Amino acid sequence: MGTAVGAAVAGVVVNRILTARRRNLWPMSTVTQDGRRPRWHVVTVNRPPEEVAPGGRLPEPLAKLGDQVEVQVNRAVGDRGTALAARLRHEPTGVVGTAARVAGTDPRQQVRLALRESKMLLETGEILQPDKPGTVKHTITGKPLDLAISRARGEGRL
Amino acid sequence: MRALCWEGVNELAVEEVPDPQLQNKQDMIIKVKLSATCGSDLHLVDGYIPAMRAGDVIGHEFLGEVVETGPEVRKHRVGDRVVVCSVIACGRCWFCEQGLFSCCDNGNTNPGIPEMMWGQSPAGIFGYSHAMGGFKGSHAEYVRVPYADRGAFTVPDGVDDATALFASDAAPTGYMGADLGEVKAGDVVAVWGAGGVGQMAAQSAMLKGAARVIVIDRFDYRLDMAAHHLGVETLNYEETDIDGELRERSDGRGPDVCIEAVGMEAHTPNPVAYRWEQLKQQTRVLELDRPHALRQAIMVCRKGGMVYVLGVFAGWIDKFPMGALMNKGLTMRSAQQHGERYIPMLLERMSRGEFKTAHLMTHPMPLSEGARGYDLFKHKKDGCVRAVFYPDGDGRVTRG
Repeated sequence: MGTAVGAAVAGVVVNRILTARRRNLWPMSTVTQDGRRPRWHVVTVNRPPEEVAPGGRLPEPLAKLGDQVEVQVNRAVGDRGTALAARLRHEPTGVVGTAARVAGTDPRQQVRLALRESKMLLETGEILQPDKPGTVKHTITGKPLDLAISRARGEGRL
Repeated sequence: MRALCWEGVNELAVEEVPDPQLQNKQDMIIKVKLSATCGSDLHLVDGYIPAMRAGDVIGHEFLGEVVETGPEVRKHRVGDRVVVCSVIACGRCWFCEQGLFSCCDNGNTNPGIPEMMWGQSPAGIFGYSHAMGGFKGSHAEYVRVPYADRGAFTVPDGVDDATALFASDAAPTGYMGADLGEVKAGDVVAVWGAGGVGQMAAQSAMLKGAARVIVIDRFDYRLDMAAHHLGVETLNYEETDIDGELRERSDGRGPDVCIEAVGMEAHTPNPVAYRWEQLKQQTRVLELDRPHALRQAIMVCRKGGMVYVLGVFAGWIDKFPMGALMNKGLTMRSAQQHGERYIPMLLERMSRGEFKTAHLMTHPMPLSEGARGYDLFKHKKDGCVRAVFYPDGDGRVTRG
């Protein structure tokens, strides 16, 4: 009986893992439902479109990404300013993508950072900087948090 | 400079840390005059707020003097006496324009961390973990204030330091509970927690015309303080049946508005329930927050009433009475404080003597005694409601 229950539990676990793999183990899906195109990353900027991209010129942080990204500038839903959207033309996937993410070389991090910085510049006139120097003590148990902080401006669900 | 730092769970120490620097054109540097302990700091001290690093400077409720301004600070000059909102908000994003300052899109420099925890990033908060931006706190000689024109407010001449200090956090947080809790004339309002925020919520409910305001706690000295200074009714939940008392005092309906000012480390007189919840909380997986007061607020609130959550919660809770919430048609709201929305009005009321706060400062002491101050505050020793720190050698605390 115990063996049977154990096997059933194991089966459920394996099935869940396989299902999760199919759905993408990372909690945030970066591909659209059809699985073929990278998802758009979008911020709403509390400014009209003509201020966000005057004469078609993109905000500097986004312009720096050049041809790596496609960009859209549209009036935001509900007339709440401007929807500024960007997506990579080519996104790393699978193990390569995960490794890039951990290493801090994932281009999606650059896209999120550029969108956030563009929004800050347009709304407040500057990019808010963290306190420097930050916390000066570095402990072994604090290493994972150090890593999370170093990625925090380019990571997230955006 | 000297600052009170978090060194690990239940470990605080005053240390030498680098002086803050202007990092943005809209920043200014404040020489801290008074910096208060807050109940929400205890969640950091107790290790329930993630994303704390050894050496982080804590403290978020403060008043001081401007000593340096960035080139784009227009509202303040060196020498101004200012009180600073604990929440760091830009004042110009859509959320700020709606008055939802603690939901600011631009005030948190680590948005990726809260986005992974909560789905979206709220504003930054001074001295309140790297999930809230990692900004250094105010239990220090100096502190950097970003978006200074938006978050710092000149204290009117007639308002003493001990009164104005609590316009930084406790007073606007409490006021928000009554305001967004939609307290109306004639309402019966119950407030869980007789600490600084709970008392300020109770006072705000009275100002909004509530017919009865009932404050609930387990420490008689805090309840006595609320009754004496604010004139509210009180209940000690270790000595009486709260549900029965509140029904009686609201003519059988239950309170119209229930304000929870306790948060994630609530107690209950039932020792088995308390230990069980605490055990689950220690795992950090089964449950991160102990919601005894919140559950009770939902259960006793009248049909169609409002539950406003001011107490800080960080993660998830168990046994949430969703059935009561849904079937009684309750509205539940919550937020970190939208202080920038209320502070000017509160300072105005303070200058007219209409809003009392100074009595909360029960234990002023030098910053060098910061760890002792938190020990008094956490363990409710010596009648402590709020320990308040001032830089060593500066004992010029004005009280009305």
